[in-house]
Amino acid sequence: MLIYALQRIGLAMLICVVAMTVLFSIAYVIPGDPASITLGPRATPEMREALRERMGLDQPLPIQLVNFFGNVLTGDLGVDVWSKRPVTTIVFDALPYTLALAAAGLGWAILLGIPLGCYSAIRRNTLIDKLTGVISVGAISVPSFVVAIYGILIFAVGLRWLPALGAGAEGDLLDQLWHLILPAFAIGLGWVGYLARLVRASMLEVMSENHVRTARAFGLPERMIVFRYALRIAVLPTVTLLGIAYGGLLSNAVFVEFVFNRPGIGQLAVAAVNTRNYPVMMGATLTTVFLFAICTMIADLIVALLDPRVRASL
Amino acid sequence: MAAVHPVIAPEARADAVLDVRDLSIDFATPRGPVHALREVNLTVPRGSVVGVVGESGSGKTTLISAAMRLLPDNAELRGGAVLFEGEDVLRMSPQALRNLRGQRISMVFQDPMTALNPVLSIGQQMVDIQYRDRGLGRAAKKRKAAELLRRVGIPDPMQRLGNYPHEFSGGMRQRIAIAMALLGNPELLIADEPTTALDVTMEAQIIHLLRELQQDYQSSILFISHNLGLIAELCDYVVILYAGTVVEQGTVRDVFHRPQHPYTEALLVCDPALLQDVTRELPTIPGDVPDLVNLPRGCIFAERCPRVFERCRAEDPATRWVSAGHAARCHLASPLERS
Ligand SMILES: Nc1ncnc2c1ncn2[C@@H]1O[C@H](COP(=O)(O)OP(=O)(O)OP(=O)(O)O)[C@@H](O)[C@H]1O
Ligand code: SF4
Ligand SMILES: [Mg+2]
Repeated sequence: MLIYALQRIGLAMLICVVAMTVLFSIAYVIPGDPASITLGPRATPEMREALRERMGLDQPLPIQLVNFFGNVLTGDLGVDVWSKRPVTTIVFDALPYTLALAAAGLGWAILLGIPLGCYSAIRRNTLIDKLTGVISVGAISVPSFVVAIYGILIFAVGLRWLPALGAGAEGDLLDQLWHLILPAFAIGLGWVGYLARLVRASMLEVMSENHVRTARAFGLPERMIVFRYALRIAVLPTVTLLGIAYGGLLSNAVFVEFVFNRPGIGQLAVAAVNTRNYPVMMGATLTTVFLFAICTMIADLIVALLDPRVRASL
Repeated sequence: MAAVHPVIAPEARADAVLDVRDLSIDFATPRGPVHALREVNLTVPRGSVVGVVGESGSGKTTLISAAMRLLPDNAELRGGAVLFEGEDVLRMSPQALRNLRGQRISMVFQDPMTALNPVLSIGQQMVDIQYRDRGLGRAAKKRKAAELLRRVGIPDPMQRLGNYPHEFSGGMRQRIAIAMALLGNPELLIADEPTTALDVTMEAQIIHLLRELQQDYQSSILFISHNLGLIAELCDYVVILYAGTVVEQGTVRDVFHRPQHPYTEALLVCDPALLQDVTRELPTIPGDVPDLVNLPRGCIFAERCPRVFERCRAEDPATRWVSAGHAARCHLASPLERS
């Protein structure tokens, strides 16, 4: 188990290194010099040179790469071109909002998706199952910003049940949770559909396995068979997916944060792109990638903990 | 055609634990209904071991699944009844059925590798099986489970309760499955080829164990096997199943020494030393099994029968008594003098 955990951590680190290299190369390959883009057309050559020097762009490429890695490792993501605040601080200020948003989105997905999928599988081919199927596929195919806009129109503007914009008052946890419901739903709805489909499929598979027939042959109550004997196995593939889903939600947060005007990594990235704030852009993207790698790693470790067969094979 | 054929012996039937009457089952498939069982009659007299022999696809698993009403969703009951202690299993309420399963009838399945839940410890599974016993605490249930594990030959049973199925070998898992089946102290134990997945030594050990347990617990056993040697060693009665019909049945002695059906003969003739050789698998007989969707007219075995004659292709033979408790479904079967 320990070896597996180490392997998995190693893999996550490798993913991060590859991602960093790719990001670095993209920044290098795209036309235009970040310094002149940042400063705009009216900058003097001296200003550009000064900025280039500050950003380390005057160094040879391999040195730049090494510096880049070194800086990231020491937690230094550079300095905001405009406010001169360290990017790390900016990112870490925005991060909790996005993490909470993604977690709440995932919460919706788990809360609705798993029971729906489970119920569909048990009541296979009934009207409810078919209806769930149609709704799930619908939910998967509607982009989250559309859900966000209609969510605001219906629940905030029309019914006035939920707040439309912002993240809630600073320090008021209840208010912040209140502000989280709608954006989280918008971001999580697609995953509700995914989870419902996945859980249904794996539940059907498990329910037709031999050991379920054994449980039936011993007259175990259906409730016990479903929850203790089948669902426990059926959610295992779901856990792996949830790790990926969480990462996906982090990057999906861009639209929803924008629509709901919430602070967060997505909002930060959009603003950085608009203002050509190259270090902030880089910092936001890198952080998202790191989180993605960490989430999938954690999901794999959880599966290993839950499944004695996987545990034994390690 | 659908007359009730009294099987084994009428007097035995009165005191039968399990009495299958004229059971016909179809499976709905895209090709049309598969007539998996047709007018199957068989009896398990109290305290006896009955063996069912048949090629792959002859309907053995369908037969015993029907006995516990564990048939797949696409199965359709065409007729007949499965009487357990006089009550029809096929028409019981779900509640009555649950109280039957694992308590009065238990099953040991074909493949020990997949028959146990992979993510629950065997202790947990054995405790769950005793869920009806509300008077008994968890610790007591565990002790009972360990006691049975010890009985079927698992060393260190109390420690091993915490282990998962994959931590045991195939033979051990089958022993565990047998221990589980015995937890409810059932009147009838059904074993579906319990040893096919095991090697020869393990097989002999399991059979030996089953025999011992049958004597200890005084239960009846319905035992399914490909292996004629095993049947000869373990069973009192044998039922020969061919393409969904019972072609011959009787005591092991009668059927194996004086086979009346050409199919039984063909199975036995291949190896005269059969009854001694425990490891023997069912011999292959030339020809094809009939398509269970489009059944041929006349005798079901006509296509492969060495003794086929005109009447066989026109008329399905009835089940005939050749002696008390020995019946065969062939035009050539005739009452036989015992010498
Ligand atoms: N769910 C099903 N749907 C359609 N056909 C089925 C189904 N289950 C079994 N059959 C068919 O019914 C017939 C009897 O199958 P059954 O499993 O009872 O045979 P068996 O004697 O147990 O064979 P084996 O020795 O291979 O276990 C076979 O022709 C099989 O293909
Ligand atoms: S009835 Fe005819 S075909 Fe059928 S088993 Fe007897 S002899 Fe063979
Ligand atoms: Mg079978």
